[in-house]
Amino acid sequence: MIKLDQVGKTYADGTEAVKDLCLEIKEGEFCVLLGPSGCGKTTTMKMINRLIPLTTGKIYIDGVDVYKLESNELRRGIGYAIQNIGLFPHLTVCQNIATVPMLKKWPKPKQRARAEELLTLVGMDPGTFIDRYPSELSGGQQQRVGVARCLGADPPILVMDEPFGAIDPITRNKLQDEFLRIQAKIRKTIAFVTHDINEAIKMGDRIALMREGVLVQFADPATLLSSPKDEFVRNFVGADRVLKGLRLLKAKDVMKKPPLTVKVGEDPMQVKARMERDKLRWAMLTEDDGRFLGWITWEDLHASKTIREIIIPPSVTASPDTLLNEALSMMLNSAIGTLAILNEKECLLGVLSFEIIRDVLGQQVGEAQTEP
Amino acid sequence: MKRYTMVGLLLALLLGVTVWMTSKGSVGIFKMFSGMKIVSATLRHLQIVAAAEVLAIGIGIPIGFLSTRHAFRFVSPVLIGIANIGQTVPTLAFIGIAGALLGMGYNAAVIALFVYATLPIIRNTYAGILSLDPAIKEAAQGMGMSKWQVTSRVELPLARPVIMAGIRTSTVVNVGTAAVAGMIGAGGLGALIMTGIAVRVMPIIIQGAAPTAALAIALDALLGGLEDWMTPRGLKVLKKAQWQE
Repeated sequence: MIKLDQVGKTYADGTEAVKDLCLEIKEGEFCVLLGPSGCGKTTTMKMINRLIPLTTGKIYIDGVDVYKLESNELRRGIGYAIQNIGLFPHLTVCQNIATVPMLKKWPKPKQRARAEELLTLVGMDPGTFIDRYPSELSGGQQQRVGVARCLGADPPILVMDEPFGAIDPITRNKLQDEFLRIQAKIRKTIAFVTHDINEAIKMGDRIALMREGVLVQFADPATLLSSPKDEFVRNFVGADRVLKGLRLLKAKDVMKKPPLTVKVGEDPMQVKARMERDKLRWAMLTEDDGRFLGWITWEDLHASKTIREIIIPPSVTASPDTLLNEALSMMLNSAIGTLAILNEKECLLGVLSFEIIRDVLGQQVGEAQTEP
Repeated sequence: MKRYTMVGLLLALLLGVTVWMTSKGSVGIFKMFSGMKIVSATLRHLQIVAAAEVLAIGIGIPIGFLSTRHAFRFVSPVLIGIANIGQTVPTLAFIGIAGALLGMGYNAAVIALFVYATLPIIRNTYAGILSLDPAIKEAAQGMGMSKWQVTSRVELPLARPVIMAGIRTSTVVNVGTAAVAGMIGAGGLGALIMTGIAVRVMPIIIQGAAPTAALAIALDALLGGLEDWMTPRGLKVLKKAQWQE
């Protein structure tokens, strides 16, 4: 879809911002350009829509050299979002979002309909916001409008320069999640610039890690974390790269079936006998319809008490989509160190334990060590 | 609204004083100017200001705008420097120099006033466009606006309030400078003031001075309203939001 072939950029003062870069972004792929400041990631991105002219090499979009196209036509076909949002303060939300449709001379009602559609997509109520001005919106809302604007004329390609860089961490996290949800639906080809390794791991299908204008490693997040190519990559992804790898997995990917599930109505002594036989210290308790109630331990089981009397209710539970790093911190906080995974109807789906997470980490470290 | 009430009261006061002085008919051996003469002097005054201002706007905005362009980056510091320093020259000195260089009369006055009036317009146009957030311009470019579209749809609308403020300052200053231009024989209300000073008759000075002040106040209010009307709504909201912070 986007192909950079031996692309280089040398500025007038002689600094080589990008050197001999080859990169291919597949159709529908979310490619993150990652690296410390001054590594040439933004320059690379801006060369795709020709905001920065390249010195050597070629860039192809769908096999067509971008310099064969008229620059403004090219840019109208590439959604563009930037860190400082750059909304036009004198135009309404509607006019901002419909900038490219306006440039493409769509009829007015179609522009407005598109703006409404996109506002809904980014989770803002068109009725409330469409005729407001940017200064009447919060930072997070402005950023959403920025995203909506880059999708204005439904371009197949998006280039984004740290679009979530200038907002507080909580809003940023939310916007990242929402953008991933949107991307799952619209499947754009994206070149996304960031210096935040966590954002890169979370968002990217593949990450192009750059340093001083050179592409160091181009790989999917798991590979980047488990097999950093050299010392620079290892340092950049951080000493906690193994822990970061946990972000790539969800509870449902690694959870196990509970060793023993007990229904509330069962006879305590029979349960105790079963636990002794299987050498289990605890079991998980559910209602007859499968709803999770809590834990019971072997010591608490007595003929004199019903099972309902000895339930230890769960302090925290997780959903199948909980990321493993979050699950791990939940477990560290809970008394038992075992986490029940429930679906939205609170039915027990599986369980996570320290052992399971240790095995996952072991696999990643193992992969890393087998790398030459 | 309060502002316009104030302006109304001041204008009424100044016009009242003018009418009162004119109704005196004569002071000692000196005959006062007639009402007709004051009206025609005011019109002449306005004519000088308007001619100079139209030229200043027509030339000042393009110069200010071009000074912000990359291609003019070598000349613009000189131009803006001249615009800044030129404004510090006192009007009296400026008119004096113009009279010496260009001779006397209406045309010389208009040219002098035009040059003087251009300076704040150049400066405000330049500052207004340079003060725009570069991210906004970059976004416009990155979305595929042509150079002309970036200018006409983004830069000029956003800089408009600042440019208008420059025009307003320049016009108001010009009303005063035009009075001084009476000195080099341009006519207008300045001529009336000069006459009053020459014969040392206070009511005659007031016949020229009060309408001049009224003209400046009226034009300032008018252009202030125009400035407000021409400010894009989104920017007014922005101003309000900043006030609330």
